[in-house]
Amino acid sequence: MSVAWVDACAADDVDEEDVLRFDHGGRTFAIYRNEDDEYFATDGLCTHEKVHLADGLVLGDIIECPKHNGRFNYKTGVAKGAPACVNLKTYPVKVEGGRVLLQI
Amino acid sequence: MPVEITKRDYSLVGLDTAAAIASGLSAAQWYACPIPRKNLKELMKRSDGPAIRDTAIWLSALVTSGVLGYLTWGTWWAVPCFIVYGVLYGSASDSRWHECGHGTPFKTRWMNDAVYHIASFMLLHEPTVWRWSHTRHHTDTIIVGRDPEIAAPRPPDIPGILLDIFTLKRGAKAFRNIIIHAVGRLTAEEETFIPEMERWKVFLVARIYVAIYAAVIAACFLTRSILPAMYIGLPSFYGGFFTLFFGLTQHAGLSEDVLDHRLNSRTVMMNPIFRFIYWNMNYHVEHHMFPMVPYHALPKLHAAIKADCPPPYPSCWAAYREIIPTLLRQVKDPTYYVVRTLPSSAKAVPYNHETRFVTAS
Repeated sequence: MSVAWVDACAADDVDEEDVLRFDHGGRTFAIYRNEDDEYFATDGLCTHEKVHLADGLVLGDIIECPKHNGRFNYKTGVAKGAPACVNLKTYPVKVEGGRVLLQI
Repeated sequence: MPVEITKRDYSLVGLDTAAAIASGLSAAQWYACPIPRKNLKELMKRSDGPAIRDTAIWLSALVTSGVLGYLTWGTWWAVPCFIVYGVLYGSASDSRWHECGHGTPFKTRWMNDAVYHIASFMLLHEPTVWRWSHTRHHTDTIIVGRDPEIAAPRPPDIPGILLDIFTLKRGAKAFRNIIIHAVGRLTAEEETFIPEMERWKVFLVARIYVAIYAAVIAACFLTRSILPAMYIGLPSFYGGFFTLFFGLTQHAGLSEDVLDHRLNSRTVMMNPIFRFIYWNMNYHVEHHMFPMVPYHALPKLHAAIKADCPPPYPSCWAAYREIIPTLLRQVKDPTYYVVRTLPSSAKAVPYNHETRFVTAS
């Protein structure tokens, strides 16, 4: 199976300790940048009720859904408690030449 | 041929449930006032300070009024002491339960959870049931057949509302449900919004509640006094009137089945004491539109989006001058409701943008 790296955004498009929405191929993703300048990516919709996580709040390693406070560890995708009960899918990320690339 | 108006089905397992889903009203996209991400992030920012301060004041006042009530028991001085105790226990707990359920007042997670469980108990709310019920309320706010927290269905139950001045209708339902849960069952409606994996928590907490209330009743018999119940149990009833008073201002009499909180929710300006008891939930349009903004930042959020919202009600008096006549009229004419007028500067309303109404049949 071929591995596709997709150019998602400029590294600076994502603020520190924040999240950005990225739509590609009819799917939506969330790209995170933490305080240590590391980048991560997950599916863009909360597994609870399909709300865009990019409108949520990043707190340390956690992304909180803006609608119901569903919480996930965005590094691992693990759901951290009700109402989020199903883990998020995560995707490999790399930064090259100032661009954020997602393997999807 | 005249169309006969049929009574709507507010249950979560009835005709209007299917109609709401078929119409695209369930789990739909809602209107949100435009606000720059940077500003919203700043407003959503968590801190422990304001909630620790307010919780310390709340609990200190609760303990002080309780001690004074004990010292003055048997005299008329006990009446104001227990009114204060009751309001702090049976009414202030409503907003504490609610806000901590959203996980926003405190930055520290366990503080949210601790206050959530204490306030839930005071309010006769079972924490897991209400967490999921309120989740649905935010997903499908005042969508008939989907929202389990519609306080004033049409036609409104006026005797029931009056009984709830002292939490009698809500309290009876709460105790009935606690018993149902304590024996390991859920109601048919609860099964629609509480996932399987969470149900053991419902049954466990219901049994703990039963044990606490049994202990209070035993203490009353042992001391041959209702004094123990004046501290635990009864204040949910004799002190719950502000829960109703504030709660009705939120949505009663406004539109159903719209995907725009500006049209089905009220923001009411209140005095600082009411805002302390109610933890700023008087900014209810703002809270529903951006539920992750903590209570202490809601006045700032209000300022940021007010140009795109209908004017707030200037006082509780102004709100109730609308609510009471509306509810009374809805008893005779359930199709009547208050239409909120958006400011002329507001952007086009995309509410119900993808809905194709299907009638219940």
